[in-house]
Amino acid sequence: MKKKKQKYNYSAFLFIAPMLMGISIFYLYAFFENIWTSFNEVGIFGMRTFVGLENYRTLAEDEIFWRALKNTAFYAILGVPSIVILSIGLAWMLNQKIPAQSFFRTAIFIPAITLPAAIGLLWRWLFNSSYGLINNVLGWFGVPPIFWLSDTNVVRWSILIVLIWASLSYMVIILLSGLQRIPGVYYDAAQVDGANTRQIFFGITLPLLTPTIFFVSVVTMIGTFQIFDLIFLMIRADTVGYQYANSLVTYFYNQAFTFGLRGYGAAISVVSLLIIFAVTAIQFRVQKRWVNYD
Amino acid sequence: MKLTRSYQVAIIAILIFVTIMMVGPFIWMTITSLKTYDETIQTPMLWFPDTPQWANYSLVADKYPFFTLYLNTLIVVLGTVISQLLFASMAAYAFARLNFPLKNTIFLGMLALLMVPSQIFLISQFNVMVKLNLTNTIQALIIPNMFTVFGVFLLRQFFAAIPMELEDAARIDGAGTFRIYWQIMMPLVTPGLVALGILTMIGSWKELLWPLIVNSDMDKMTLSAGLAYLIGEHTTYYQEVMAGAVICVLPMVIIFAFFQKKFVESIAQTGIKG
Repeated sequence: MKKKKQKYNYSAFLFIAPMLMGISIFYLYAFFENIWTSFNEVGIFGMRTFVGLENYRTLAEDEIFWRALKNTAFYAILGVPSIVILSIGLAWMLNQKIPAQSFFRTAIFIPAITLPAAIGLLWRWLFNSSYGLINNVLGWFGVPPIFWLSDTNVVRWSILIVLIWASLSYMVIILLSGLQRIPGVYYDAAQVDGANTRQIFFGITLPLLTPTIFFVSVVTMIGTFQIFDLIFLMIRADTVGYQYANSLVTYFYNQAFTFGLRGYGAAISVVSLLIIFAVTAIQFRVQKRWVNYD
Repeated sequence: MKLTRSYQVAIIAILIFVTIMMVGPFIWMTITSLKTYDETIQTPMLWFPDTPQWANYSLVADKYPFFTLYLNTLIVVLGTVISQLLFASMAAYAFARLNFPLKNTIFLGMLALLMVPSQIFLISQFNVMVKLNLTNTIQALIIPNMFTVFGVFLLRQFFAAIPMELEDAARIDGAGTFRIYWQIMMPLVTPGLVALGILTMIGSWKELLWPLIVNSDMDKMTLSAGLAYLIGEHTTYYQEVMAGAVICVLPMVIIFAFFQKKFVESIAQTGIKG
C-alpha cells in the first residue's frame, strides 16, 4: 500500500459529525451511564442513591438470576453447535447441483424475514398441549401429551428447538456465500486426484470454509446470549415455566422495565456483557487452532 | 463438481424433510387461520376446515389496528433506513478517504462499541427519550436506530474499493469534497447502500425489545410489538391469532419472493470479513 502524504481535510468532521454525535449520546454515553447506574439504586422518579456494589451483591445471591444464567448457558452450549453444524450441512446441500435448488433455498430462507412475534405465536400454537399439531402427531405413536411450555423440565428444550429453527436461515445464507467463494480450481484438482465426495468435503470444503464457520459461530454465540424474543413471546411471564426458560436478557428486561429496578437491571446487563466478552475472547483465542486463513 | 446418484437422492430426501420442517409451520398457520373455533379444538385433530373461514381475516382486521401498525412500521423502517444510509455513508466516506486528526482513535473506539451487546444501552437510551419527552412517539422508535457503527464499517469497505484516480481527477476539475462524495462516490457504492438498506430494513422490521420498552400505546406500536401484545390478550382463539400472524407475515414474504437475490446478497455481506 502506498500512502500519499495528505494534509488534513477538516471538512471530514462535517461528514462524521451526525454519526459521531448520535453514537456518542446513544452508545458511548449510554455505555458509561449504564455502568454508573449499576452502582446506584434508582427510584421511581429517577432519583439515584449510590449504593456501591450492593446490586452486584444481591445479584450473587439471586437464585433466579443464577437460573437465568444457567438457562442462557444451556441455550448457548446446545444451540450454537447445533445451529452451526446443521447450517453447514444445509448450506453444503443447497450448494450442490440438484433439481429444484432455488425452491429449496427460498423455503429455508423464509424464517429469516419473519417477525419474531409471528414465530412466537405460531410455535405457541404448535406446542399447545391439547390441540397443538406436535402433540397430535406424537399421539399417533402413542406418546402421551407433553406440556411443552409449562413443564419446568421441558420449557428450555422447547425454546431451544424454536431457537435452532429460527436461526438456521440466516446462517445458511452466510455459509452458502462462503461456499461460493471457494475457488473451483481446488475441486478440479481434487477430482483429478480421484478424491470422492466425502474426502472432498472434509479435505477441501470444510477447511476452506473455516473463516466463515468461525464468523458464524461468533455471531450465533453473541445472538444466543442475547435471546429474548422467543422466550418473551412463547411463555407467559406469570407462569412457573417462565423461570425455567428465563434468559439473561428476559430477566434484565423484567427487572429494569417491568419492575422498574433500573440499577439492578443495569447490573445484570453489565454481568452479561462481561460473560459475552469472556466467551468471545475464548473463541478468538481458540480459533488460531482451527481456522485457516489461506 | 458432480455428485453420484445416491448422494443426489439422499440430499433431495433430506432437503424435502427440512423444507417440510421449515415451511410446514407456516402452512399450518394459514390452515388454522381458516378454521372455525370449534374446528381448532376438535379431537381427533382436523386437518382442513370444512369451508375456509375467510371472515376470520376481516374480523381480525376490524378488531385490531393493523392499518395503523403497518403505517407505523413503514414510517419507522423508512426513517431508519434513510437516515442510516445518509449518516453511515457520510462517515464511511470520511473514514475511507479523508485524512483528519484522531481518525484512527475514533475508528477504533467505534469498533469497540460494535462488540457490546445492545441491552447495555437500553436503560440509558430510554432515559434520554424520557428527558426529550419522546416516549410513546414514533420518533422514539427511529432516533436511537439512526446511528449505526456496523453500517459505517460495511460501507467503508465499499468506499475504500473505489480507485483513488477517480477522486483525484474530480478534485483537479475543481469539485469540492461534498460534491465528490455525493455525485461521484455515492453512485459507485450503490451495492453497499442496497445491502445496508436491506439489512437495516430486516432489523428494523423485526425489532421487538426497543418498541416494548419505549412505547406503550397501541397506536404508537410497530407490527412486531403490536403483534406481541395480541398474544397476551387473545390466546384462546387461535384461528384469529393465526389470521393476525398471516397478515403480518405475508407482505414481507411477497417482497422477499420478488427480491430474494438482493436479500440473500445483502445478508451474505455481513459474513465477508476476512
